[in-house]
Amino acid sequence: MSPILFELLLRSIWETVLMTAASGLISLVFGLPLGLALIATERGGIAESLWVNRALGAIINGFRSVPFIILLVALIPVTRLIVGTSIGTWAAIVPLSIAATPYYARIAEVSLREVDRGLIEAARAMGGNRWTIIREVLVPEALPGIVAGFTVTLVTLIGASAMAGAIGAGGLGDLAIRYGYQRFETSVMIAVVIVLIILVCGIQWVGDWLVARLDRRG
Amino acid sequence: MNQHITASGKTADPTQTRPDASQDVVRLVDLKRHFGVTAALDGISLTVRKGEILGIIGRSGAGKSTLIRCLNGLERPDSGEVFIEGREISRLGERDLQPLRRRIGMIFQHFNLLSAKTVEDNVALPLKIEGRPKAERLKRAAELLDLVGLSEKAKAYPASLSGGQKQRVGIARALAARPALLLSDEATSALDPETTRSILALLKDINRQLGLTILLITHEMEVIRSIADRVAVIDAGRIVEQGPVWSVFADPQSDITKSLLGAIRPQLPAELAARLLPAAGPETILRVDVAGEAASRPLLSDLATAVPGAFRLVHGGIDHIQQQPVGTLFLSVPGSDANHLADIITFLKARQARVEVLGHVANPV
Repeated sequence: MSPILFELLLRSIWETVLMTAASGLISLVFGLPLGLALIATERGGIAESLWVNRALGAIINGFRSVPFIILLVALIPVTRLIVGTSIGTWAAIVPLSIAATPYYARIAEVSLREVDRGLIEAARAMGGNRWTIIREVLVPEALPGIVAGFTVTLVTLIGASAMAGAIGAGGLGDLAIRYGYQRFETSVMIAVVIVLIILVCGIQWVGDWLVARLDRRG
Repeated sequence: MNQHITASGKTADPTQTRPDASQDVVRLVDLKRHFGVTAALDGISLTVRKGEILGIIGRSGAGKSTLIRCLNGLERPDSGEVFIEGREISRLGERDLQPLRRRIGMIFQHFNLLSAKTVEDNVALPLKIEGRPKAERLKRAAELLDLVGLSEKAKAYPASLSGGQKQRVGIARALAARPALLLSDEATSALDPETTRSILALLKDINRQLGLTILLITHEMEVIRSIADRVAVIDAGRIVEQGPVWSVFADPQSDITKSLLGAIRPQLPAELAARLLPAAGPETILRVDVAGEAASRPLLSDLATAVPGAFRLVHGGIDHIQQQPVGTLFLSVPGSDANHLADIITFLKARQARVEVLGHVANPV
């Protein structure tokens, strides 16, 4: 592999890591409260409101059913509004975050729903309010699942960021398509695949390690 | 409803106004709650007095869980009133219920400890909810863990504890905010008999030492027998019988009480019961229930002196409930002399015993 290609590879790694980390973080910040809102408003939840629950569910399902490549293009006006441009790595973070947030909200919802209702009842019996239940019961008890779900989301984002090349965001996927596939640079293709495997394994390993440390359920 | 006479001679009518009504920690008036067409609570009235242990027993589905949850507002009655320390709470909003719930501790069948928190943090949680400073919380948690005998487990996580230890933590947590009332929701139902005994002994200790009022629900008469002062039997959302434990045990009125008591009281041995005949026969089997005075005196030796002729003790015994002897004896009277049998029954009845002719057997064991 030529030094130029190598430098290109390094830059692509950085772009992929940046896109994944930034949109991952954003999906965590917005997805977890969204997951909590879904659990709280469902039937028998701590802030039961079926109307809100159905509306939230419909919006989440709407975003999740649009293929990412279409979302990428359809969100261009929104991206331009937020980032100022619709091209480049930062521009890709907007649609990536918007796609990952409802995805992560659903994963968080599943973990939160597994929290024993008896624990919520115990917290209510102690005189705890909704905020106490969220802070002392729901989130800490679901934390292993919340972290495991975040790991899954990050790995999915690495895959999705490959498509962001379509709006000039760069990244490993873009490099593999333009050099590895279209220019028959097999060494680039192999290098990209190896880097991706290392990235995915690394994220998964750190995630699993964290979950094992957090899980006190014995 | 079947009312038993209390030890002091007054009836235990919950709706009656007593001079010490201010001593009632809980007063329920005609509580009703329906789920669809089924009535979980169908007009429940009862009181829990300060410092007593009231046991509510019933089969599963009798409405016990709904009842206990009405006391801290986890469940709302359709109608009726719930007074806690004199204050009506059944129409309070969630926000007003929160400070009130801090006056009421609750322990659960499945312990409901937070797996992500250490034992001491679990115990200290009610104080954290009250907004107490951390140093005070940990000091109180240490005190309570000492009380329940689990000081060395303060930094452990609940998953590493046995069932009995988990319930001890649950009890410590329920006491953390110095409640006026402890609610126990089948607290020993998931524990083995030995652990059950130790948990019940702990609850009794706490009741005596701290003067804490306890309302417990259970489906096991053994639990009532061990620690309750008074018992209310609930069936299909109604209280069918209530009174001091020894009195209900000595003279159960309703079928449901008799059936619940069946598990812990002497029963006619099955093989003998199978051979009982209704018609007259060579041997007559009597069931004799005694309690209080009747069981304190030498009943059987006096009977032998007063009524000449043989009789045999087939099965039975005297138990002590709340320091009161309560027992059931099964006697076999040989011969077909009706006068002899009548004399025995007359003598026993004169001694306040309840006598029932169960039947006759041809060849006694």
